[in-house]
Amino acid sequence: MRYSIGSLVYNAVTGHRSWSRVWRDPDPKPSYDVVIIGAGGHGLATAYYLAKEHGLHNVAVVEKGWLGGGNTGRNTTVIRSNYLWDESAALYEHALKLWEGLSRELNFNLMYSPRGVVMLAHSVHDVQVVRRHIHANRLNGIDNEWLTSHQVKAFCPPINIGGIRYPIMGAALQRRGGIARHDAVAWGYARAADALGVDIIQNCEVTALNRDPGGAIAAVETTRGTIRAKKVGVVAAGHTSVIMAMADVRMPLESYPLQALVSEPVKPILPCVVMSNSVHAYISQSDRGELVIGAATDAYVSYSQAGALHVNEHTIEAICELFPAFSRLRMMRNWGGIVDLSPDRSPIIGRTPVPGLFVNCGWGTGGFKATPGSGHVFAATIARGEPHPLAAPFNLDRFRTGRLVNESAAAAVAH
Amino acid sequence: MLLIGCPYCGPRAEIEFRNGGEAHIARLADPASASDEEWTDFLFMRTNPKGVHAERWRHRHGCGRYFNVLRDTVSDKILAIYRTGEPRPDLPAATAEATGEGEHR
Repeated sequence: MRYSIGSLVYNAVTGHRSWSRVWRDPDPKPSYDVVIIGAGGHGLATAYYLAKEHGLHNVAVVEKGWLGGGNTGRNTTVIRSNYLWDESAALYEHALKLWEGLSRELNFNLMYSPRGVVMLAHSVHDVQVVRRHIHANRLNGIDNEWLTSHQVKAFCPPINIGGIRYPIMGAALQRRGGIARHDAVAWGYARAADALGVDIIQNCEVTALNRDPGGAIAAVETTRGTIRAKKVGVVAAGHTSVIMAMADVRMPLESYPLQALVSEPVKPILPCVVMSNSVHAYISQSDRGELVIGAATDAYVSYSQAGALHVNEHTIEAICELFPAFSRLRMMRNWGGIVDLSPDRSPIIGRTPVPGLFVNCGWGTGGFKATPGSGHVFAATIARGEPHPLAAPFNLDRFRTGRLVNESAAAAVAH
Repeated sequence: MLLIGCPYCGPRAEIEFRNGGEAHIARLADPASASDEEWTDFLFMRTNPKGVHAERWRHRHGCGRYFNVLRDTVSDKILAIYRTGEPRPDLPAATAEATGEGEHR
């Protein structure tokens, strides 16, 4: 069913009884051209672009839980493309351009809202770093502008710019940055991929990767049986090391819990996204009215999907200093996701030492913003068997050659 | 927050410590002649297990010393603590089983 104002009105007046199922719930077929492991936003986007742009319709996405139930449903939905290095800027800007037309393309309201992302500077060093970012972004054709502290106050009225331990000395503003509804991204891609013939198989955990005598990938063993595949794409975020170990491939990844929390819903008060690397604050307001807050990662490798409380307390302290009015809000929920951090804090997209096995991982604490671009370049990489030009710098081999894309050093924090 | 038993100072809160990453990664014996692959493995490749993880901790706000910990990365439960230089202890089968699926939180 194509969604439109007509379908909405029709269903509203008929009591919402004739909405059809949004995607099928198929049993796995014995074999596919491509099997994607992981039905999060990145995996579903990959399947969608494989079908739409590369004519590969015999594709399955296998998921151990429910689609969009991992980090896609656990992040703080910030979208921006103001990365320092040319390689990253090109990749994230590719994603941002796709976001701009994605609701229309998928016929699904992703609630993409380019309300502006403000990155605060609290010291002379911050000011220099932020201004360097702005200049680098503008040379790459990406919008980013400097705001003085008073311009920050005008753009974001609830913020407290002075009389605090780390006063606000200015900020970078990317006006095209913003937020989107995370669940809708997974659902929109799932619906569109399903309509193109992709099988989305939930509650289907991968238990082994089978290889042929030549060493190439041959099949995926799952809790719902063996599925033969010509190519396999691993898009398993925090569980990538676990899946890749099934093919005896060691990865330059470590998995950490990353927490987020939301407040009780209030009327619109925060008009933009506000981030501070120095005091560690990430905050925006969802369309439901909740303040959505991102905390830091825990200090140690874990798959527990739960972090320690002191990590949340640390970010709440910073937020209460930046926004004194928020100190009276109650926090309603908090949760953790397992993020796969790479050594240079840039993603790993491309081929692996195993023929037919591809990987898209290492998005760490900031993968949501890249969802459309990630799926788009990874689908091209799988379909052609060689890296998409934008994905090429993010190959696994960079940890041998030393050609890192060091966004870790660029931001000085996880981001 | 973890309660970590420093082998020198006793049980202390996690915020007194700094995690030092995966344990038992030996420095290259002859760095000048090591291949790119050996460097990659030493610098970047990590086991990242879903299960028992051997890791280093440093009691930063205490004695300042490093030591090793075996911890289950699914439950975050600490299974063994031993001093730097000591071999990784074998966990009794019962301990390993007890840290299985039942420990999700």
